Amino acid sequence: MALIDFANPSQFLKFATRAVPWFAGATVLAFAFGLHQVVSAPDDYQQGATVKIMYLHVPGAWLGMLGWAVMTLAAFGTLVWRHPLADVAAKAAAPLGAAFTLMCLITGSLWGRPMWGTYWVWDARLTSVLILFLLYLGVMALWRTIDDPSRAARAAAILTLVGAVDLPIIKFSVDWWNTLHQPASVLRLGAPTIHPAILLPLLVMAGAFTLLFVTLQIAAMRNEILRRRVRTLRLLQASAVS
Amino acid sequence: MSALASLLMRDLRVAVRVGGGALMGVLFFLVVVTLTPLALGPDLALLRRIGPAILWLAALLASLLALDRLFTADYEDGSLDLIVTGPAPLELVVAVKGLAHWLTTGLPLIVAAPLIGLFLDLDAATAAALTLTLLVGTPGLTFIGLIGAAIAVTLRRGGLLLAVLVLPLTVPVLIFGVAAANAAVSGPLPFGTPFTVLCALTLASMVIGPFAGAAALRQEME
Repeated sequence: MALIDFANPSQFLKFATRAVPWFAGATVLAFAFGLHQVVSAPDDYQQGATVKIMYLHVPGAWLGMLGWAVMTLAAFGTLVWRHPLADVAAKAAAPLGAAFTLMCLITGSLWGRPMWGTYWVWDARLTSVLILFLLYLGVMALWRTIDDPSRAARAAAILTLVGAVDLPIIKFSVDWWNTLHQPASVLRLGAPTIHPAILLPLLVMAGAFTLLFVTLQIAAMRNEILRRRVRTLRLLQASAVS
Repeated sequence: MSALASLLMRDLRVAVRVGGGALMGVLFFLVVVTLTPLALGPDLALLRRIGPAILWLAALLASLLALDRLFTADYEDGSLDLIVTGPAPLELVVAVKGLAHWLTTGLPLIVAAPLIGLFLDLDAATAAALTLTLLVGTPGLTFIGLIGAAIAVTLRRGGLLLAVLVLPLTVPVLIFGVAAANAAVSGPLPFGTPFTVLCALTLASMVIGPFAGAAALRQEME
């Protein structure tokens, strides 16, 4: 079965029903391994055990941005290639990305209180991530305001493409501005500046959260396809009565 | 009584569905509070001092923008005619619609206000006082606002006119709300003085608003 066959919603439903339990199992295993790594990871020499908030905060940030990237690809699929599942993928990814961004903001806030002395500061990195969260909420509001799913899809796709300009701003905000948030330590030119003993648990947790995202994304896409079928059936039923 | 109860449930249900815009007020609130420090600069001390004022202004604007859907949506699809000619007194009908509007627009704002106060570095005492003043003041904003919403019900693009009509009437609520929130942490005034006046303003608006709104609706629907 070629990849193109998944463009058919019924084929995708069959795939999703079979695949979700496997992905869920892999997610559970990855989290088990990841949490073991986190618990046995060393404390930071300055921050002590508080540094372990990073294992929630950084994957949350990465996946929040990944969610918008998935939505951007889906937006191309809707506007350029008219892929039938593109708007389903976009609508499914929005709440997931928003939840991860919110996790990043809340864990970062709790981390900032002991480390910086404040829950929030208006520096470039924090502001641009907050803007990303507002963009997510805006897209979710847009999906729920327009009744017809395909019209909502096109409007949301345009908003997603415009909002994608925030992603490089977030990434490079710590380089372009004088920020309180620390500069890039993992994805940068030259080697990562984190010690491997702390970097490895971080990568494992990031992988576990990514598997969680994929599992929830496939399940949400299945739900969205079923939701649209219910809506079509209701519309047919309503017009058949009259 | 059950006619009013079913009207309340209907309004609540419509508000949370597609196009209802129930949580849009909170989103706008969050956006305005995000924009203010971007305009003022990141000085946390300044933000902490004017924090209650910013939050009150944002809550006022968010309540104002949501007034659009109070009567106009029902007018446009014809259900307002049915509601107006129903068995219950029009004043009570207007009061119930105002209550439904506050539950879906004002109450989320109140729940969100302490969390959003963290963005402006408000300490716990200020945030608590502010939330209390919002809890008492936002019903006043809704019930004053519904007067303007009833006057502007037949206008399709009446958004800004609605704002111009309603904002001067809500000025006392704004003044005493911010005064109470500030009095709780600083200043010579005790918290009770402006807070009691705020309670009085809200209670008065809960009586005047439905009567004025019903009169306006009767005028407009002739």
